[in-house]
Formats: sequence, C-alpha cells, structure tokens
Amino acid sequence: MSRSGYSPHTPAEIREMLDVIGAGNIADLFATIPPGLGAGSFDLPEGMSEFEMLDRMEALAARDRRDMVSFIGGGCYEHLIPAVVDHLAGRAEFSTAYTPYQPECSQGTLQALYEYQTAICRLTGMEASNASLYDGGTALAEAALMALRITGRKKLVVDGSVNPFWRRIVRTYLASLDAELVEIAPAHGVLDRDAAFACLDDRVAGVMVQNPNFFGSIEDFSDLASAARRHGALLVSAVYPVSLGLVKSPGSMGADIALGDGQCLGNPAAFGGPSFGFMAVRKEHIRNLPGRIVGETVDREGKRGFVLTLQAREQHIRRQRATSNICSNQSLCALRGLVFLAALGKDGVAELAGLNRDKAEYAKGVLAAVRGVEVMNNAPTFNEFTLRLPMEADAAVERLLGKGMAAGMPLARHYAGMENCIVVTVTEKRSRRQIDRLAAALEEILWS
Amino acid sequence: MELIFEKSVPGRRAVRLPMSDVPRAGDLPDSLSRTEAPGLPEVSELEVVRHFTELSRRNFSVDTTFYPLGSCTMKYNPKALEEAVRPFARSHPLLPFLPSGERFVQGSLGLIHELTRLLAEITGMDEFSCQPLAGAHGEMAGMMMIAAYHRSRDDRRRYVVVPDSSHGTNPATAAMVGYEVVTVPTAPYGDMDLDAFRKAMNPEVAAVMMTCPNTLGLFNPHVAEICDIAHRNGALVYCDGANLNAVLGKVRPGDIGFDAIHVNLHKTFATPHGGGGPGSGPVGVKKHLAAFLPSPRVERRADGSYVIGEGGEESIGRLANFFGNFGILARAYAYITMLGREGLIEVSERAVLNANYVMARLKEWYDLPFAGPCMHECVFSASRQMKQEIHAIDIAKFLIDRGFHPPTVYFPLVVREALMIEPTETESRATLDSFIDAMIEAAKLAGTDPDSLRRAPRTTPVTRLDETRAAREIRVCHQGG
Repeated sequence: MSRSGYSPHTPAEIREMLDVIGAGNIADLFATIPPGLGAGSFDLPEGMSEFEMLDRMEALAARDRRDMVSFIGGGCYEHLIPAVVDHLAGRAEFSTAYTPYQPECSQGTLQALYEYQTAICRLTGMEASNASLYDGGTALAEAALMALRITGRKKLVVDGSVNPFWRRIVRTYLASLDAELVEIAPAHGVLDRDAAFACLDDRVAGVMVQNPNFFGSIEDFSDLASAARRHGALLVSAVYPVSLGLVKSPGSMGADIALGDGQCLGNPAAFGGPSFGFMAVRKEHIRNLPGRIVGETVDREGKRGFVLTLQAREQHIRRQRATSNICSNQSLCALRGLVFLAALGKDGVAELAGLNRDKAEYAKGVLAAVRGVEVMNNAPTFNEFTLRLPMEADAAVERLLGKGMAAGMPLARHYAGMENCIVVTVTEKRSRRQIDRLAAALEEILWS
Repeated sequence: MELIFEKSVPGRRAVRLPMSDVPRAGDLPDSLSRTEAPGLPEVSELEVVRHFTELSRRNFSVDTTFYPLGSCTMKYNPKALEEAVRPFARSHPLLPFLPSGERFVQGSLGLIHELTRLLAEITGMDEFSCQPLAGAHGEMAGMMMIAAYHRSRDDRRRYVVVPDSSHGTNPATAAMVGYEVVTVPTAPYGDMDLDAFRKAMNPEVAAVMMTCPNTLGLFNPHVAEICDIAHRNGALVYCDGANLNAVLGKVRPGDIGFDAIHVNLHKTFATPHGGGGPGSGPVGVKKHLAAFLPSPRVERRADGSYVIGEGGEESIGRLANFFGNFGILARAYAYITMLGREGLIEVSERAVLNANYVMARLKEWYDLPFAGPCMHECVFSASRQMKQEIHAIDIAKFLIDRGFHPPTVYFPLVVREALMIEPTETESRATLDSFIDAMIEAAKLAGTDPDSLRRAPRTTPVTRLDETRAAREIRVCHQGG
C-alpha cells in the first residue's frame, strides 16, 4: 500500500502493471542506472500525517513575532486584502493549472492574464504589458537588459534613491556582461538632477529611477524622459502600484518602460514571496519584452479567444537568442493582483491611495513634532518618508523593537552619512492610535 | 465571454474601505497628480465572484482533469500544503535586517535553513540557496556562480555546451550570463552523442548543462563519464534538476559528479503551478562553489539560532527582492515533512511505474523514437499518423474533447511531432487506462476519420484559435469599456 497517501496504487495493481510492462519488479524499471551510481545516502526523517505536519508548521511560525506593529515597507507592504482575493485566486482550477500552452482548455487563465495586462496598462499609463515577471527587483534587472538590447549600447544610469536591494540585483545580472552601471548619489532624498543630466550622453542605454523612491519621495520625471529621448536613451521607471491611484503615471511622464512589484496588490507579505513583478512598455518595444504575453484573437468560428503570443521572443522557441530565460512567472500572484484591482475598482484604488497618503502625512506630522526629529525628504511623499533622528537610527530602532514596534528601516547599511536616518512606512492598516504610540515611544527613548 | 472591463458600470463598487481616523492630507501638487483615475472596472462584489468563477471553469487543471503535460510534473498538490503556509502570512522579510531583528523571525529563517539541509541531502550537494524564484532563475544563479568561479581563477572561458534535447531555458540562461552556446546532437540511442561531446570539449568551455534524467525521459548511462570529461577540461557540470522526481533516493546528482543543480519545487515537491507560476528554483552546489552562492544567506549559529549572512566578496550577490518565494518554500518543506524518506522514494518508483505502463500500452500504436525503459516520462512521435496528415497537435486537441489535458507537444525538438507524456505518481491505473484508450482511439481515427481529429476540440468554449493572427494584429490590452 501507499506509504505517502498520494499514490493510489494497490499491490495487486502494481503487479498487474509490471506484468503489462514485462518487468519482474520495481527495481527492474531503474535498471538503466549503472550500479555504481546509486545514491550514496538518503538520510531523511520518517514521514508523518498532515495533522502532525500542520502542528509542526504552526510551532515553527510561532517562533516569528506575529503581532509586531510594522512601519517597515521597502518593497513589501502590509495592505488590506479583500476576502474575494483568496476565494477566487484560490480556486484549484486556477492554482493547479499550468502555463496555458493549450489555449482551448486554458481560456480561464488566458483571459484573466489579458485582463491583468489591461489593468496594468491602465494603472501605469503604458501601452503593452507582459503577463508578469518574478518580482520588482528582477523586473528592474530585466528592464536594464532590455534597454541594452533595444539601444545596442552598453552604459546604464541608475538613481541611487532606487531601492538598494533592487540595484544590487541589477548588479548581479550585469556582472558577467559587457555593460557599465553608473549610480548617481541621491541629494536630499531625490534624484540629483544636475548629476543625472550631466551623465546623459549618446552612450547611455537607459536611465533607471523609482517613484516614489526608496526614501518615499515623489517626483515628476517628465524632464528626464525628454532628455533621455534626445540622447536616444530609455527612461525606465519603477513604480509602486498603490500610489498610482493618486500619483501621475509613468506613461504620462514619458517613460519607455514601467515596472514594479505587485505584492501590494492582494498578496500577503509571506516573508517576502511569492509576489509578482510587472512590466509595461510603449508599443514600439513590445517585441523586446521578456516573458509571456497574452494576445486576443479569434477561433475558427470567429469567436473571440486568447492565446500566448509573440512566442518567438521566448526561450522555448528562440533558445539562446531569446529576450530572457524566464519560463515560469508568477501567474497566480498576478491573478490575485487582478482580482484585487477589480474588487477595489476605479474609485477604490484612488480612495486606497488617498488613505495611505493621509495616514502617512498624519504620521509625518506627529513624528516630526518629536523634539530633534526632522523630515529629510525635499519633496512630497506618498506612504513612506525619511526621518533624521537625533541619535543613531540602529540603536533607536532596536529599542523600539523591544516595545513591539518595527519603527522603520535604518539607512546606515545602505547610505554613508545617513546613520541617523530611518524610512518609515505607513499604510492604511496602521491606526491613528498605533501612530500616536510610535510617536510617544520615540519621544520616550530619545528624551527620558 | 465578456471581459471584466466590459461589465463595468460607472459608479458601481465592490469592496468598501475602512473609514479614515486621521485628517485628510493636502493635495499633491498638480505636477505630481494623476489627472484621471485609472480605468479599472466598476463592478459589484457578486459580479467579481461570478466573473472569476466562470473564468475558472474554462480551465483544465490537476484537480479537475488528468494533466500529463510532459516535463512539467503536474501531480496532485496536497491541500494540506495550502494550510501549512497560512501561519507565515504576516512575517515581514525586512524584519531580520533591522538591528537584532532576526530574533523575531526565527521560524521563517529556520524553515529556510532546514529546507536547504533537506535539499542538500536529497541531491547530494553541499550547500543550497533558496533565493531563485523559478527553475530558470536557479539555472541563472548556477551559471553565474560557474562564471564567477572561473573569473576567480583568472580563467577566461567562452562556451557552454548543451545537448540539443535540452530545455530552452538552458541555452537562454547561458546567453544571459554572457556565454556562447555550443549544441551537441542526440545519438540514436537517445542520449547526448558521446563522440560529438568529446569533440565539443576544449579548454574554452566553461560548463556543460545537462538534464538528468534527460528530456526524453532517459537516464544516460554515460553521465558520470561526461562529468569526468568535462572536469578534465576544466569545465564544470550543471544539472537541470527538472526531472529529479524520477530518481529520488535512487541516484543523487552530487554523487554522480555534477557541480551545481537547481530543483523545481513546483515539480518534484508538489507545489501548485498556479497557471504558470509562482514556481521556486533553489540552487545547490558542491563545496568548491559554495563561496559564490547568492546572498543574503540564512546561517545557523552554534546555539541553534538563525541569522542572516551577507556572504563574502565572492558571492554573486542578490538575485531576488528577499529570500525567494517563501510561500512555495514552506509548501515544499511541508511536503517533504509529510512524505519523509520512504514516501519520497515511493514518489519516484510510482512515477516511473506509471510512465512505463503508458509506454508499454501505447507503443504498438505510436512510434517510439527512443525505445527502452523510460524514467518518469515517455516521448512518442506522431510520425506514423503524419502519413494520414494528422499531426501531434490534432491528437492533442482530440484528447481535450475526451476530457484530458494533452501531453507536451513538439518538445523535445529532436523528436519530430513529439508527444511527451508524464503521468506522475498520483494517477491511478484506471485513469491511465482511460487516457490510453483515448490515445488509441485517436490513432485509429487517424486512419478511419482523420477529419474528426482536425475538427477537434468541439467541447471547449472556443474552437482552435488563430495564433498567427494574434502575432500579426497585436492586441494585448483591451481598448474601451
């Protein structure tokens, strides 16, 4: 009998099947493996029931502090998730299917991804989206490679106020390639425009910015987009989708590639994944997009249907000449994003963005009122902002952790000279009371 | 069926948000503000529910249908895995990067560390990183480490060798890491041609990438020799671990001589495929590559606590936002925990039994280009049916009408009209028999009524779709309401 519970075979069936095959026993089926190659060891624990397993998982998870009041974001945000997201994206007809290679029996996934692409285009103001990438950081790296590919140039410029983890991923992707990456040191929490314009020349493939950036500042990059275009370079803009309910879209700023992380759209923090990356471009760049793209077409009777399209870009057709090696993406997380956007709808997304900004502005006010604390951003912010404390941020954050609050992300490890700075994130999930408690606790560790 | 955007009615609304408990902030300056709200659907909650429920019914999936999509390992995904991950939903990945923050996420960090140890034991490797977000991402990590290894020895190498039966991701990955690809043909017995391989090897080859067992479902008896030849040329050998589910407890790539491997958790370890992802592709290496693993890493201190290690100078660096697709790692960990040693061995034994059974019963009806016992999948050719001008795609569409997801077609590229069948261990003999009957019916119809195959599918919401038109008149974003 089956020991695991997931194989249905009875001993009698196994015997009959072996007879059909013409094999004496199961071991005969592995006879092509040379005798010398057998596993040297396979020292694993004994199995257990699902009930014992779930007890063990709960015990493990209990070692995480699950009631921490969190003011950290940095690419992973705690937002409300409507109940319909779990219920609909959790349907096994979606979750236990795979890449829709056979369109006639995968119209559910295909139409959903087409709707997802449409939603991403409308949110970002771009013309063509793919069907998702892994996450925000790898999407930025893919955008960097795409800019190199489109322009045939070898130099990339990145604003130092782009998420430092994401910049690190770009460096990882570029390490073995013949390409140069220039980082522009940020000035007061925004792009140093003089420095950026100074390094734009006809060798630059793309300029990469983030909006809002890692410090939380929002900027209008329309001038940078035009300058880049004059030099034949692309403007690559990472964006935070929730902010786009309020903030000017990358499309209307003139960006060539917009990308970002979709975790904030209906996906739990889950210790950082799975999330999804999105990427949308101006139409002229569509054949350079990495990953799956769903397109509309008709069937033999003229009825509308959806298929994977422009597959000649992809690894399974083009092999070493593909636009990327990506195969599996983060489809189910993208579906969660779509259900989230449909459930909130046009007004809901704008309202959610407003709620985030209202809470963050309130927090900014009460925290900046604490003696010695000042706001560092030289620009408006969305739901994150940077504070300079009158003491080392690491020490302050450590003491506040002891009070059950993750007060913000210290910047010392990412930026020289910012040892006293933290980035504070305030989403709609934080209550006025929690914000007031944070301000009181900060006051207490600073001055009593 | 209408798009959700076509169901939109101005002013309609599904989810209501909480009331604000803070004053309204002043407006953003005009230069930063959106002038028009994004054109998202305006629908009620019931409309959202009906829409996506109706869409879900237009999918074949493992829970509804046999899904023998070769190379993809569409086995049953135990429901307990979905429950196993819930308690971790709120854990924030930046918490361990705060000063002394690691102590608040010992559960999540511990799970990742334990999973790396289990995967190392299963594959015979020394160290693992769970950061790669899919199989192809794991391959990329592996090839970046190999490139960094050669660089660290001041050894400039240009080429990566792959067999022509390889997954497309292998050559695509090699190119992304800056290598030129050399392709070795498949010999008549189905493995990489050993003589051609020897000729392809030279001191400029950085690595050989091989799937083991290979994409034809065969275990290459010369695999140890291939590793040996590569090593003698100073090249390293990368194992595409997509087919690890065939050999659990039977062989370990690390014992054979492979230097690096990725494991597709969504295949071998039963996590749901999600309509195309998320997957997860942890990458494992032998000691000589360990210093190059992606950072950050989860390390275990002598006192049993877990900390973040940033990795040394030689690490290839960060490869993903955080620690990988943690939710998938947790499911795979839960699966290994439930099955245990004996259960995992059984996975491979029953997967191989099922594939050989399908092969034995279909081989008189379809051509088998590479005969001999297979591992977890078998690859037929519709070359016989081609004489009636019936193609693999026609057989695939007919199977849809019989209620089965088709096998993988036209891959591997080395088989003309390929039909690649991977039944997996979770299917019963009765299910296999009805699938086999449908395949035999298709083979018969190819002779008696080929048009009935060309007309298929007839039972789906749409008939065959015009893919050429989709690529010519590109419509990837809905216009209008």
